[in-house]
Amino acid sequence: MIPAPFTYQRASSVDEALELAARAGEDAKFLAGGHSLMPLMKLRLAVPETLIDIGRLGELSYVRADDGHIAVGALTTHDDIARSDLLASELPLLAHAASQIGDPQVRHCGTIGGSLAHSDPAADLPAVAVALGATFVARGRRSGTREIAAGDFFLSLFETVLEPGELLTEIRIPKPQSAGWSFQKFAKRGIDWAIVGVAVQGPNVALVNMGSTPIRARGVEQALAAGSGPREAAAHAAEGTSASDDLNGPRAYREHLARVLVGRALAEAASRG
Amino acid sequence: MVRTEDPRLLTVGGTYVDDLREPELAQAARVTFVRSPIAHALITGIDVSAAREAPGVVAVLTAADLDDLPPPPPDSGLTGTEGLPFPLGGHWSEPLFAVDRVRFVGEPVAMVITDDRYQGEDAAELVSVDYEQLPAVVGVAGALAGESLLFPPAGSNVAVSTGTPADSAAFDGCDAVVEQVIVNQRLAPVPLEGRAAAARWADGKLTLWVSTQNAQIARFILAGALGLDPANIRVVAPDVGGGFGAKIGVDRDGLLVAWAAKHIGRALRWAETRSENMLAMTHGRAQRQVVKIGGTRDGRILAYRLEIVQDTGAYSRMGGFLPFLTSLMAAGPYDIAHVETAYQVVMTNATPISAYRGAGRPEATAAIERAVDLFAAEIGMDATEVRRINLVPADKFPYTSGSGATYDTGEYVAGLDKVLTGAGYAELRAEQARRRETGDVLQLGIGVASYVEITAADADGGETARLVVHDDGTATVYTGSSAHGQGHHTAWAMLVQAELGIDMSKVTVIHGDTDLIPMGVGTYASRSLQLGGVALQKAAIEVKELGRKVAAEMLEASEADLELDVDRGVWQVRGDPATSTTWAQVAAHVGEAGLAADVNYTDGKPTFPFGTHLAVTEVDTETGKARLIRHVTVDDAGTVLSPVLAEGQRHGGIAQGVAQALLEEMVYDAEGNPVTGTLVDYAIITATELPSFELLASETPATVNPLGAKGIGEAGTIGATPATQNSVIDAVSHLGIRHIDMPLTPARVWAAISEARESR
Repeated sequence: MIPAPFTYQRASSVDEALELAARAGEDAKFLAGGHSLMPLMKLRLAVPETLIDIGRLGELSYVRADDGHIAVGALTTHDDIARSDLLASELPLLAHAASQIGDPQVRHCGTIGGSLAHSDPAADLPAVAVALGATFVARGRRSGTREIAAGDFFLSLFETVLEPGELLTEIRIPKPQSAGWSFQKFAKRGIDWAIVGVAVQGPNVALVNMGSTPIRARGVEQALAAGSGPREAAAHAAEGTSASDDLNGPRAYREHLARVLVGRALAEAASRG
Repeated sequence: MVRTEDPRLLTVGGTYVDDLREPELAQAARVTFVRSPIAHALITGIDVSAAREAPGVVAVLTAADLDDLPPPPPDSGLTGTEGLPFPLGGHWSEPLFAVDRVRFVGEPVAMVITDDRYQGEDAAELVSVDYEQLPAVVGVAGALAGESLLFPPAGSNVAVSTGTPADSAAFDGCDAVVEQVIVNQRLAPVPLEGRAAAARWADGKLTLWVSTQNAQIARFILAGALGLDPANIRVVAPDVGGGFGAKIGVDRDGLLVAWAAKHIGRALRWAETRSENMLAMTHGRAQRQVVKIGGTRDGRILAYRLEIVQDTGAYSRMGGFLPFLTSLMAAGPYDIAHVETAYQVVMTNATPISAYRGAGRPEATAAIERAVDLFAAEIGMDATEVRRINLVPADKFPYTSGSGATYDTGEYVAGLDKVLTGAGYAELRAEQARRRETGDVLQLGIGVASYVEITAADADGGETARLVVHDDGTATVYTGSSAHGQGHHTAWAMLVQAELGIDMSKVTVIHGDTDLIPMGVGTYASRSLQLGGVALQKAAIEVKELGRKVAAEMLEASEADLELDVDRGVWQVRGDPATSTTWAQVAAHVGEAGLAADVNYTDGKPTFPFGTHLAVTEVDTETGKARLIRHVTVDDAGTVLSPVLAEGQRHGGIAQGVAQALLEEMVYDAEGNPVTGTLVDYAIITATELPSFELLASETPATVNPLGAKGIGEAGTIGATPATQNSVIDAVSHLGIRHIDMPLTPARVWAAISEARESR
């Protein structure tokens, strides 16, 4: 429960953070809220040589309406997202999902950028970002500023397309065309990660924890596009997924849950549409 | 009345072992244990040379260094069938460090001592242990298979085997007989504060500060293990952040810290991490049970048999005590003509099992309360009606049960009825019927458990109290009963105020320091108030009589004419407030001799609290998730001294009890690796999963002690677990489901539902 030795550096600006990261090389990690990284370090499952603390970069904590989309700074905490009036009216799926993460302590420390860049398939926000068709803005000393579609961002457990030294700075989410939304999180306890989760925004359906990345439930989306009702469409929820067996149940149970939860999500989204 | 300890605990915080800033510990080095990562293996070599060279390393110690210990005490000859909570000796002995074999993941193999805590974790990684892996013995089935043995010289994994042979004739007259295998799963105690110890050896005396429920027992164990005169040992228990039975005395890790401080001649401190706590603090429960119950179609239970296999883990820390207690309480609150029990204790490659909140009694209640529900389902009768028919009637006390316990007092049927009325049982059943008829996704379950338990089972071990009244009008209590969250400071001060009229705010309560309180037993088995409280009450009465003598002398009145005005805390000649004499004046008059009394109360007897819990759950039949929505209880622990403390015990106990039913289980894989070693995977319960509890009052005084008190500490984990389990099973019983093992996780409940639907 004590991390291996590491070098700690605190950045006072994004530019400085990128500079420090470029200098530190491949074994550096950005530290945001720390609620995913620190436990892994304490168990010595993650052993970064350098931590670059970006937790105090106020410039990356914001929610604002830009042209046709909402921009959320990567260091905006889950709690700020959950309490944002702008998000409550424009992107209630995101605000609600953020309010379901962990407990108040986690929500006050954890950040949206940290959650996305950590790429844990059991986390809620990656699937929400996918369902919302978000675009991520990343900056790096070498790569400059680039935009990455949420659907292209996640590679596998703890692995994204971010290059070493590249920092996720902003999440841009288009204003939804279709108002119907739902977030179904199934967990044993309030503080748990989802055993299975479902995010629905209009015609988009994304699954939490049904594979090594957030997964678009394409079979469901196609069935809906072809005119199927929620119940029929939900039957396709487990198609193309690769859930694993674990303490919370066998794969078949997760697949069953995906169908049940997608059915509920579609019904709820329809009632809000 | 609030808890007097709370303002401190909730503002500046307690002082736990790792918070101690005693000058004696200023130069203390830090202990880090090297623990086995393998469940079962031979140790073929340990190389500590690299670790010794690491920065800050003071010493690296292994079993090879244990050359200054006395020979182990002679084998007690105890076989574990005597019902005594002592470790088994002989072949089954537990070493301090693992010697040539490790038997569970987490077993201490070596110890790294460093100047600084951080250096310890790094140096520990450098200790190289060569293991030759052996097949792991996992669970009861693995132990009984006997293909791999933890203690080859013993020739078996079965350490204890005792009980009555099955008598099938006992069930001959029954219209209906049901049998069921029940798993009472392995649990981790998870106290807020893990184990911690600090030790110093100086001037021929050992001081051990340790997070323990019993400083005096810890001293006794230390004396035996280290070969020291108890007079040369001081054990101090500062604030203790929960124990639940897993901090009784001191275990091998704490003994090693004490030994090492003496061995290297430097003060040491150790506080385990949560990861260590999950693996190396003892676990609880872990019984596989087979119940057989039979009776008549009109609801009378005629015969009950309980067979237990106790998984005791890698070492038998309590001998056969836990299944002995389960067997003693097997019959529960029921008047059953024929009761049989039998048990085995088996060794497995897992963390040792010891007491955990209830220690053998929750297992007994869980077994018979499931059995009663199974029997009721078999004969098609409401399970509460079966209970009413079979509960020991109020006019039969004292009553000796079919499994051999003599219950002191009880109003079992009244307790059941109070709960059913309080919960609105008929309305709940109507709501359940409505949901079943409409095929609601959320089905309602109503589960009941009636229980009787034994508290202060070791009452003859006694408890001590010393009370001193000072010349400033304050009083100090020295109690052998040791608080680790219960609220002794509040309760003990209440007792003094009630007897002497000295305001609670003027009463200081001291416990857990063997220099100040050499004799005492401590806190477990729900014994504190009925033994330690009575001891203090007796001491207060003695002080009162002393005070009467002194005040009579001061006022030149006869003792018979004196009265103590308890409201004002003054002595006076009867009816003459002008003669008021305060405790301060009385104590000052006595001077050096002091106004004090010492009591060692050994006349106590075990008591038998009882009650009924009713749990209402909603089960999502599409996902299998069960949610507790109401919990209504009667927990009759005799006369209640402090309602807030009693309710606190019920609250915490119910939460832990519900957690066993729905969430908690320590799981091992086929190689004996724990897979629930973090609080992400080992799901303790939180407030989010619990409703507000509906606690009904019931007080049937105990007759064996002057306070009329019985124990309340374990009622929650005894009653709430089977009530919740029965409730979830009841919610899906219309599908033909009769039993689901705990914990009733969504996956398990859904598996039962889908299996039931498929078989239709």
